[in-house]
Amino acid sequence: MLSISRWKLVAVVLATVFGILFTLPNVVPQGALPAWLPQPRLNLGLDLQGGSYLLLEVDTAALKTEKLTNTVEDIRQTLRNEKIAFSDLAVVGDGVNVRITDPARVNDALNVIQNNQAAPLAGAPGGREFTVRREGDRLRLAFVEEAFNAEAGRAVEQSIEIIRRRIDELGTREPTIIRQGVDRIVVQAPGESDPERLKNVIGQTAKLTFQMVDETVDPAIAASGRTPPGVELLPSTDGYQAAYFVNKRALVTGEMLTDARQANDPQTGQPVVSFRFDATGARRFGQATGAENVGKRFAIILDGKVISAPRINEPITGGSGQITGNFTFETANDLAVLLRAGALPAPLKVEEQRTVGAELGADAVRAGQISTAVGFVAILVFMLLAYGFLFGGISVIALLVNGLLIIATMSVTQATLTLPGIAGLILTLAVAVDANVLIYERMRDEIRAGRTVVAAMDAGFSKAMSTIIDANVTTILAALIMFQFGSGPVKGFAWTLSIGVITSVFTAVFITQVLLAWWLRSARPKTLPIV
Amino acid sequence: MWPLIKLLPIKTNFRFVAFARLAAIVSGVLVIASLGRAMFPFEPPCGGLACGIDFKGGAMLEVSTAPRAVDLGAARAALSDKGLGEVQVQAFGAPSEAMVRFQIPDGASADATVAGVQQSLRQALGEPATFRPAAVVGPKVSGELLQSGIMGLGLAILLMLVYIWFRFELQFGVGAVVGLFHDVILTFGLIAWTGMEFSLTTIAAILTIIGYSMNDTVVVFDRLRENLRKYKKMPLGEVIDLSVNETLSRTVITGLTAVLALSGLAVFGGEALYEFSLIMIFGIVIGTYSSIYVAAPVILLWGVRNRDEEPEVLPPMQPRGGLQP
Repeated sequence: MLSISRWKLVAVVLATVFGILFTLPNVVPQGALPAWLPQPRLNLGLDLQGGSYLLLEVDTAALKTEKLTNTVEDIRQTLRNEKIAFSDLAVVGDGVNVRITDPARVNDALNVIQNNQAAPLAGAPGGREFTVRREGDRLRLAFVEEAFNAEAGRAVEQSIEIIRRRIDELGTREPTIIRQGVDRIVVQAPGESDPERLKNVIGQTAKLTFQMVDETVDPAIAASGRTPPGVELLPSTDGYQAAYFVNKRALVTGEMLTDARQANDPQTGQPVVSFRFDATGARRFGQATGAENVGKRFAIILDGKVISAPRINEPITGGSGQITGNFTFETANDLAVLLRAGALPAPLKVEEQRTVGAELGADAVRAGQISTAVGFVAILVFMLLAYGFLFGGISVIALLVNGLLIIATMSVTQATLTLPGIAGLILTLAVAVDANVLIYERMRDEIRAGRTVVAAMDAGFSKAMSTIIDANVTTILAALIMFQFGSGPVKGFAWTLSIGVITSVFTAVFITQVLLAWWLRSARPKTLPIV
Repeated sequence: MWPLIKLLPIKTNFRFVAFARLAAIVSGVLVIASLGRAMFPFEPPCGGLACGIDFKGGAMLEVSTAPRAVDLGAARAALSDKGLGEVQVQAFGAPSEAMVRFQIPDGASADATVAGVQQSLRQALGEPATFRPAAVVGPKVSGELLQSGIMGLGLAILLMLVYIWFRFELQFGVGAVVGLFHDVILTFGLIAWTGMEFSLTTIAAILTIIGYSMNDTVVVFDRLRENLRKYKKMPLGEVIDLSVNETLSRTVITGLTAVLALSGLAVFGGEALYEFSLIMIFGIVIGTYSSIYVAAPVILLWGVRNRDEEPEVLPPMQPRGGLQP
């Protein structure tokens, strides 16, 4: 007990210096420290600095439906190109059925669909997204489950990228966008206390397509609710017509845009969105507006709604154009932002949303600071009263260093401090003195058992050690569980608790030991002041 | 007489075990009552607990009609009979602000429901009225949160059993776990009786209570194990009494510091942490009691392994580091 090994002394000094250096940035005003000193501050959770949390789920059902519909349209096109007559082409369950009219050509159709349509399955060499089976004069395409899962996975990855681009355009600082589970995305936007604005930006799919308007559909048929195959009826927001019949096949899609900007129509002065296609888009658009289609109309469709249906006056080959919808300056600008960032591969549903106003967060921080200070002073007074200036004081010093170490470690690791985390911090301070109490009480026991002061102090440390470790491992285990099962604020609580337990064992054991050894050597006491 | 620790006798001689039977009856009655209160009526998802939107789904909407005070009655009337479940309208901070809680009807879109509620409230309260959705939890997510919360509690208790079994013996592990169930169930009882909100934060508080209660139990068990090896001829009941007495001063001091610090939190921590700290203070008191009167008596009932086969006093874990006398 009289001799403390050198490494222990070094560890205590280093830890204290580390604690002071890395706590400092949290106490002084930002930018006041010279550049060579550490700068990271505590990373406050959304509940303390204010902000919005959104849990989004990719609509996998919509994704599935879209994939199936696209397949139907692709098959229609392929069979027409091959001049194979067919009927009853439709989505049935998780696949597509089609009847080939000419029995002699069923095998041709099977081959052409299998070879041209079935895309290779990602991650499964030789695997295809669907299998084609012949049943008499019918063909049955059945998708494998993995094809949909792979699609969902791709959709989540793409969505994360697109959401990031959209939020960046909003100018929100440091949003966190991460994948959760198979089909979920968590968006955390600190400082953004208007979740509606956030939701408007990320909730819109912004799927843009150009499709031909079919003006040949007999209104009588339309009134009966039946639409011809390959044609769909879409609602319109252009202010001229309530709905349009359009071809299901998209001529050009939003992915082929390279740029979109808010502009003003040179003739009317109305706000419009001007856009530019890439090479493929320009070529396809040029063909679609070619001579045979002049005089017809095409529809510009955003998220299933026709926003404009202009008539083709002449072939548009330049690869650029403008959308004249019912825009205000703001909606035109928003649409341009969405088009630039790209469309979401599937709609996103908001499953959970939490918002804390910045003011409320600041109140919470203040309340947390006051209660931490009050808690600390309460423990300080109590320990001094209970164990006197020497032993009580030593445990208070250990506690102080412990507090520094917790804040420093949390600043360095950039662990998130949440409101329950502050509670965890206060509880940790209270339980930190437990290690001291265990050691001191053990010393009292040993004195009672008739040992000398030095022997009692030594036994106090060595015998209390296993108890201290056992007792603290249980807390760490509880924290681990919270980390595994908890959500944001609870995770923050678990993290604070874990860091606190580890630092408190260190300070209570090491710092107490070093300080007591000094006292022992300098005072050579005959009795312990706590007996 | 200072430091005060001198007032605490170095050795106390309370006959704890003598009261074990009485304590067992009291604990048993409380556990059954708490369990009944927390579970009755048997309605999913939360039974007798006042479920927050974390676990039953729904929305919380902040309303501000500054500078006028919010007409809470009008707001309540506007939202009744709309199929929004149990609607709560509470004053929140300033009189011009209120918090409205409601549920999303089955199958309805959360966004549309929130928008509809805003419209009804705007009509009932008049202009100006501003709204801020504080939280919306969909039915799918709330189900998952409840499930993972319950799983977390179960797994925590199981882990403690395994750890104590590994570090001590099975009897100690079972004693500790019976104690944990006692603490958790009584805490649920407190939450149910006081009508506190059962939320994710509550689960965190209960998990912390589990950690603290174990901490306390381990300290008693550690001394018990040591004394069992030291005094091989002493009857088990007396060894338990001795061990509890020897660790009593530590139990009291640590419990007091924890309650002191948490009281500060309850008073100054604001609304958000008030219930959290109350639950924890209750848990610390109960956890201390259960270490003495639930966990240890289970060992007394069951007995321990034949103590003569055990080797002589041998510290279970040698401290690392230089501790030369």
